[in-house]
Amino acid sequence: MKIVVCVKQVPDTWSEKRLDPADQTLDRAAADGVIDELDTYAVEEALKLKESLGDATVVVLAMGPAGAAESLRKALSMGADEAVHIVDDALHGSDALATSLVLAKAIEQIGYDLVLLGSESTDARMGVMAAMLAERLGVPQATLASGVAVDGTSLRVTRMTSAAQEEVAATLPAVVSVLEKINEPRYPSFKGIMAAKSKPTSTLSLADLGIDASSVGLAAAATKVLDSTARPPRGERTIIKDDGDAGARIADFLASRKLL
Amino acid sequence: MASPFTYTARSSSSSSDYPLDDEHEALRSTVEEFARDVVAPRAAAMDEDGAFPYDIVGSMAKMGLFGLPFPEQYGGMGGDFFALCLAIEELARVDSSVAITLEAAVSLGAMPIYRFGSEEQRTEWLPRLASGETLGAFGLTEPGGGTDAGATRTRASVYDGQWVIDGTKAFITNAGTDITSVITVTAVTGESGGRKEISSLIVPVPSEGLSVAPKYSKVGWHASDTREVSLDGVRVPEQNLLGERGRGYANFLSILDEGRIAIAALAVGLAQGCVDESVKYAKQRTAFGQSIGNFQAIQFKIADMAMRAHTARLAYYDAAARMAAGLPFKTQAAMAKLHASEIAVTNAREATQIHGGYGFMNETPVARFWRDAKILEIGEGTSEVQRMLIARELGLG
Repeated sequence: MKIVVCVKQVPDTWSEKRLDPADQTLDRAAADGVIDELDTYAVEEALKLKESLGDATVVVLAMGPAGAAESLRKALSMGADEAVHIVDDALHGSDALATSLVLAKAIEQIGYDLVLLGSESTDARMGVMAAMLAERLGVPQATLASGVAVDGTSLRVTRMTSAAQEEVAATLPAVVSVLEKINEPRYPSFKGIMAAKSKPTSTLSLADLGIDASSVGLAAAATKVLDSTARPPRGERTIIKDDGDAGARIADFLASRKLL
Repeated sequence: MASPFTYTARSSSSSSDYPLDDEHEALRSTVEEFARDVVAPRAAAMDEDGAFPYDIVGSMAKMGLFGLPFPEQYGGMGGDFFALCLAIEELARVDSSVAITLEAAVSLGAMPIYRFGSEEQRTEWLPRLASGETLGAFGLTEPGGGTDAGATRTRASVYDGQWVIDGTKAFITNAGTDITSVITVTAVTGESGGRKEISSLIVPVPSEGLSVAPKYSKVGWHASDTREVSLDGVRVPEQNLLGERGRGYANFLSILDEGRIAIAALAVGLAQGCVDESVKYAKQRTAFGQSIGNFQAIQFKIADMAMRAHTARLAYYDAAARMAAGLPFKTQAAMAKLHASEIAVTNAREATQIHGGYGFMNETPVARFWRDAKILEIGEGTSEVQRMLIARELGLG
């Protein structure tokens, strides 16, 4: 059984995100890059499946600039077996359609029984990648998973939507996107960190995948961002938690502003 | 493994910009994340109720923190002492109780068995200590004295192939948790040339005649398990002698030498935590219509605090690098411990001052840091002992 987990390098969740004014793409230099937190749940689910099935290989796959190797390394230190990094300057500015094209080609090339990924990325937040990948690969999809079980080639997924909890079944291969309630991702151990150094890692270019550079990147994007304006900063805030004296503290605050 | 001090880029969110090699940086950032997301939200409540955090210790065990400096053959992570120090520093940035639990379990509990134990003793005890499944403790200090070895009153003699141990040990970290599996104690095992012969003995927990008192009511380190241990005719097999007979005190002094680097790391973590909290507070708190971070009186305090944390960090990094390189490090370790513990106390005092009235409220992190800091100038060799060691190295006295 081969599980491919798609991971994305995103700006640190706690940092301020900026668009590059020149081409309206994410300014990756403005913040530290980290593995998308939701994708760590997908990695954890793959590792748990591997542990329960015994005979499974977990391959982590990322598309992104050189820095994305950090996210792959983190997944390897958690326990994934191999990493594949798609890196090509022509990918800059790719939209979700182009990203899904590239990932699907790579997934086909790697070979897979199950594809796992987070239900959305914390930067773009489109939440469409699982559906697009399933369409391109021609396999079933189960999104918003809060539970995944595999028995032979049969897959059972618990889906949590805002309206209902569903139990769905499919035959592998399939694509599953996971929610954060599915598990608690492990912290890498030092042994895992050391072992990650010697695990197989490969890089793929567009040429390796047989993809024409003109079908990806900013120029090929189906939509164009024409302009953007930073959200005006929120006014200064003071959060007062009620420990019994919130009333007095609010009064002090108002008094300090000469409003009382 | 390779030297930890190769120059690679380090993330700007870290407490220090000192370049670490990839593996040490990955460990440091992993523990930083764990401390921030798991330990910090619990720290105030742990301080309040003083309950030992078994679940947090269990998570630390899963991460392999208790096995960091031990080889894999004994269930360790195959890392080094510096890796342990980095983990301790990051934990202490948010909570000293959890940090000292790790420090004492590894550096005092397991390390003597690794350094001085026979192959049988290592094989028997280390795997369960290195996995963090159980904790070890070391009993040196007695109610009548810590620094003065000659005052040791605990005695042990061999009868019928067993050591029989009688005495009391004071202020023993990790002595009374539900998962404590071993306490190594120093005891007088004879006399030669008018001097007491002191040896180390491995005492399994539980043992008949071994009892621990209720937890002390301490000023700080509330969630760390610290107790008095009584040995009343405790019998252990003769082969539980740890290291050479009569070398107990000397061996333990060498354990303290490296332990000082770990305590320095803990103190640096606390000092850095004071910086982190003060920067946050200075930006958020307003007075006279602006954030207090705009006032030089506050800026200069915080700049000094950051400088102290940084220089103390360099001091323990240096001692750890010397140790890793097999160079003498006793003086550097003493200097690092002395400096780091004193600046930790200073930073905690300044951070409390910056927080004003809130700094005196127990739930404010820096109030806890202030109470947690003082013991750093006392435990594992007082500041006075460090100065004696340094002066002696300079050829004085």
